[in-house]
Amino acid sequence: MDYVIEMLKIRKEFPGIVANDNINLQVKKGEIHALLGENGAGKSTLMNVLFGLYQPERGEIRVRGEKVNITDPNVANAQGIGMVHQHFMLVDTFTVTENIVLGSEPKKAGTVNLKHAEEQVRELSERYGLNVDPKAKIRDISVGMQQRVEILKTLYRGAEILIFDEPTAVLTPQEIKELIDIMQSLVKEGKSIILITHKLKEIMEVCDRCTVIRKGQGIGTVDVSKTNPTELASLMVGRDVSFSTEKTKADPKEAYLSIRDLRVKDVRGVEMVKGLNLEVRAGEIVGIAGVDGNGQSELIEAITGLRRTESGNIRLHDKEITNMTPRKVTQSGVSHIPQDRHKFGLVLDFPIGENMVLQSYHQKPYSKKGVMNFKNIYQKAKDLIAEYDVRTPDAYTPARALSGGNQQKAIIGREVDRSPDLIIAAQPTRGLDVGAIEFIHKKLIEERDKGRAVLLLSFELDEIMNLSDRIAVMFDGQIIADVQPEKTNEQELGLLMAGNSTEKAGGQ
Amino acid sequence: MFSNRLFNILVPIISVLLGLVSGAIIMLIFGYNPIAGFSALWNGAFGDAYFFGETIRQVTPYILSGLAVAFALRSGLLNIGVEGQVFMGWLASVWIGISFDLPMILHLPLAILAAAIAGAFWGFIPGLLKAKLGVHEVIVTIMMNYIALYLSNSIVRNLLSDGADRTENVAETASLQSTWLAEMTFYSRIHYGFIVALLMALVMWFIINRTTTGFELRSVGFNQHASKYAGMNVSKNIILAMVISGAFAGLAGAMEGLGTFGFMSIKSGFTNIGFDGIAVALLGANTAFGVILAAFLFGILKIGALNMPTAAGVPTELVEIIIALIIFFVASSYMIRWVILRFKKEGK
Amino acid sequence: MEIIELISRILGASVVFATPLIFTALGGVFSERSGVINIGLEGLMIMGAFVAIVSNLTFHSVFGAATPVVSLIIAMIVSAIFALVHAVASITFRADQVVSGVAINFLALGIGLFLTKQWYDKGQTDFIESPIYSSNVPILNKIPIIGDMFFTGWYWTSYLAIAMAFLVWFIIFKTPFGLRLRSVGEHPMAADTNGINVYKMRYIGVMLSGAFGGLGGAVYALTVTHNFSHGTIVGQGFIALAAVIFGKWHPLGALGAAIFFGFAQSLSIVSSDIAFLENVPSVFMLIAPYVLTILALAGFIGRAEAPKSLGEAYVKGNR
Repeated sequence: MDYVIEMLKIRKEFPGIVANDNINLQVKKGEIHALLGENGAGKSTLMNVLFGLYQPERGEIRVRGEKVNITDPNVANAQGIGMVHQHFMLVDTFTVTENIVLGSEPKKAGTVNLKHAEEQVRELSERYGLNVDPKAKIRDISVGMQQRVEILKTLYRGAEILIFDEPTAVLTPQEIKELIDIMQSLVKEGKSIILITHKLKEIMEVCDRCTVIRKGQGIGTVDVSKTNPTELASLMVGRDVSFSTEKTKADPKEAYLSIRDLRVKDVRGVEMVKGLNLEVRAGEIVGIAGVDGNGQSELIEAITGLRRTESGNIRLHDKEITNMTPRKVTQSGVSHIPQDRHKFGLVLDFPIGENMVLQSYHQKPYSKKGVMNFKNIYQKAKDLIAEYDVRTPDAYTPARALSGGNQQKAIIGREVDRSPDLIIAAQPTRGLDVGAIEFIHKKLIEERDKGRAVLLLSFELDEIMNLSDRIAVMFDGQIIADVQPEKTNEQELGLLMAGNSTEKAGGQ
Repeated sequence: MFSNRLFNILVPIISVLLGLVSGAIIMLIFGYNPIAGFSALWNGAFGDAYFFGETIRQVTPYILSGLAVAFALRSGLLNIGVEGQVFMGWLASVWIGISFDLPMILHLPLAILAAAIAGAFWGFIPGLLKAKLGVHEVIVTIMMNYIALYLSNSIVRNLLSDGADRTENVAETASLQSTWLAEMTFYSRIHYGFIVALLMALVMWFIINRTTTGFELRSVGFNQHASKYAGMNVSKNIILAMVISGAFAGLAGAMEGLGTFGFMSIKSGFTNIGFDGIAVALLGANTAFGVILAAFLFGILKIGALNMPTAAGVPTELVEIIIALIIFFVASSYMIRWVILRFKKEGK
Repeated sequence: MEIIELISRILGASVVFATPLIFTALGGVFSERSGVINIGLEGLMIMGAFVAIVSNLTFHSVFGAATPVVSLIIAMIVSAIFALVHAVASITFRADQVVSGVAINFLALGIGLFLTKQWYDKGQTDFIESPIYSSNVPILNKIPIIGDMFFTGWYWTSYLAIAMAFLVWFIIFKTPFGLRLRSVGEHPMAADTNGINVYKMRYIGVMLSGAFGGLGGAVYALTVTHNFSHGTIVGQGFIALAAVIFGKWHPLGALGAAIFFGFAQSLSIVSSDIAFLENVPSVFMLIAPYVLTILALAGFIGRAEAPKSLGEAYVKGNR
């Protein structure tokens, strides 16, 4: 059999953990090969080994049958291996062309021959139908376009094997469709593709074969045509997974959070929330579906007091909380599980115990007259750690040392323990493994059943469909549709999220 | 596995040892006897009561400038402007010291307080710019240093004197000097300021480790976003950190103005109390107790060095080199950690 | 034509002070564009000044008229090597770049004064016998007005500094080296994945700042002070750093800022000749560069955008 890439018995260790152990990956020429695994299973590590960013402790890599030693990205490039990174490796202030040629610039009299380079970029872009403007600055183009620049970077260097690292995570449904077209045209031109993902649907749609890894171990390779999503999921997780979360029907009461004509601007001063109306009742979970960048973050920041609103109002029950400080909002009975837990949720260098009182440290019994009472703080922390199953050596361990799932459990414990009336959960399961996801989903439903209002923001449609009692579709700073999860499907939601109004989409 | 705590203690000790060894090597290269050099240094710091008194005198402002740098660093801010804040504190304390006629119980505290306020004000400006406009405090504080230098020179010449190079001496009622202490140490310039410095170390420890304010300051220092999310007023805390840091620095100035010298003179350059404070804070791992120890070390080095030319023929500037190297070693603690771990691994 | 004479005088004095600042600021641009903060410019200038004076005194009898040029070159080389200390600490050992820069300043002064005592047995060196002299540019100085303003009584190093600013602009914005240097300061990981050696580029950036900072200090010593002591370089390095920021990390911006600061410094000296400045206390002239820099930073004079990864150590494989 002709393999373009063979990674055999790869082992990669980091201090304290084995990220990859005994993993085999064989990619045929001209195929799209999926690399499937949960977050933290070791997919990215394996690809970084292939791309020369890490050196494996054991195992060998063969490219077109030849054993090679990939010591750095230059060697990978020379071997025709290119990588489209999940977090784009682009210099914001440079133009498209400058980013593409960086490191292998065409020269003319000692200068960078930009004219020639732009011509080359234009040619490549046309050949693969990428439609990229070579002279545009990176910071001025869309995320989808930036990804194409990443693809062009690899093609410019003559890549024959392209690694795509979770390429759809940041794209709109429309952009995903276009990306799939691009991938297929690449394969037609004889390129081979490795697609790193944890989304089963994508694999079923575009891939020929799929290699599964779990907790750093290679599990095996299957033909996509001979498998199904359920089998792939159980291979990935190591046990049977139910796709839907068990929950009873909601019993919503009075409206708890009501937002009227809300307008919010982002950092750059661009209006992102444009006259939004939304209501969340006690005892229901409202999921906000939408493509990232349609004003969701600004909406949540406005509710929680992190961002000023331009106009409109936000009420909790009968109390107006528009433009209150985060502290006042918190004390009015709002809990917030933030989108980015490292940036907002935790002070990573503080002990996990002190993170548990991050909002309440100034109240009794954690302090008195401005003097901290660490005994009471750690007592509380220990209780929460036990109740929410936060795995940590002790309460004095810095939050940084905990795994993502345990950090998130700690945040949820802290937020839920305050007995809030409204819980705002923004991407609460991002980057977590299946066990932690199930735990968190269960907790949110429990809180709903206690009569709390829950506002859920997620970019994973599955999560929205499974958890929500009501789905509010957000597009261009407004809620453009309010649908029942059992009366809709992903296709309809996808169309709504792309801005098609209800009439056009479903004809309801 | 080495604990973080142990590292935090080991790194400064190893850095100091490496610095001293480097000093010895330099002495060897230039044909001096390192043993003679270092014993001259030792005698220069502890040889008799006078030297000891002078060492304590030198340690006093170092503790305060070290606290100033450390306090800001705990809040995530690098206050390079301690030097300028020292100038402002010095100036303010002398100004009060020469302008009023009050009983000591009012005059001395007033002069000290003025120094703290002046230093705090000089820290407030970069704090405000950082909090409200996001301007990096390092560059602003550097610029503030020069403004303080030229401004205080101008004030000494034009306002506090009649075009002279120094002010008159502060009134006895505003002086920290003590005949009793001076007599005990063969008329060294040791003064009561030492007590103020130790007291302030206690204050810093209490604020940082025991109060909600300290909790907020540390939180903001580590992660502004999470602090804002948690309901803390980030801007207020940044400004507060710089104000308190500046107040410590201003007090360091008062030590010179009311204690060591008793007047202020025109300066051609910086006193280096503030810059040395950076070294003190780093070596003291930004803790109050660590700062006291580090201030002692640098005080000993500086005063002891003065004895080196006469007793061993070694230029005093050798100590400047040693101190610079110690800063490098502490700052490069990553390297020291790496080496320790290596040894640990091979030992197994 | 009194006004032209006055302008020529101010211009001449400005350029004398500006020249060392231009060189040093260009060094700062190299370092900071590569992502390494350089608070140590002051120390690099001290090192340059010290080495230039010592070489000038030592080699005067060997090289004769060429001595100043030789001194400048030696100062550049030694300072570049000295800057390695900053590079090793802040790039390889991931030391805080600001702290390492502060230590550079201490170290340079310590070494300079230690060796001065060691070699000359006193607090300052002797005065040099081959300083750089100001001169007139033949022919061009005969041009009316312009000749008086720009080609009379300048040091040749001033023309070199201005030319160098354009050269550095060309290197940073037109050559592959410049593109790579900037990419390393903006997004080192992107540069790394494109096969650029981030560490190497940063080392080069810091060593170039050493060479240029050393040149700046050397020029100051050979044109203004003519000896070395603890008072030779007092703050010029920090003004140069201010010029880097005021000039928005752009070589030509730094050139303009350095000339402006030179002008401000010269004003405190020549202001007595200027009617409307006569009554302004000199302290305002002295603090002007620093106040202006703060205002510039605060965004009152156009916001300055630093290289994105400035001050961050790059750790390979850490994502």
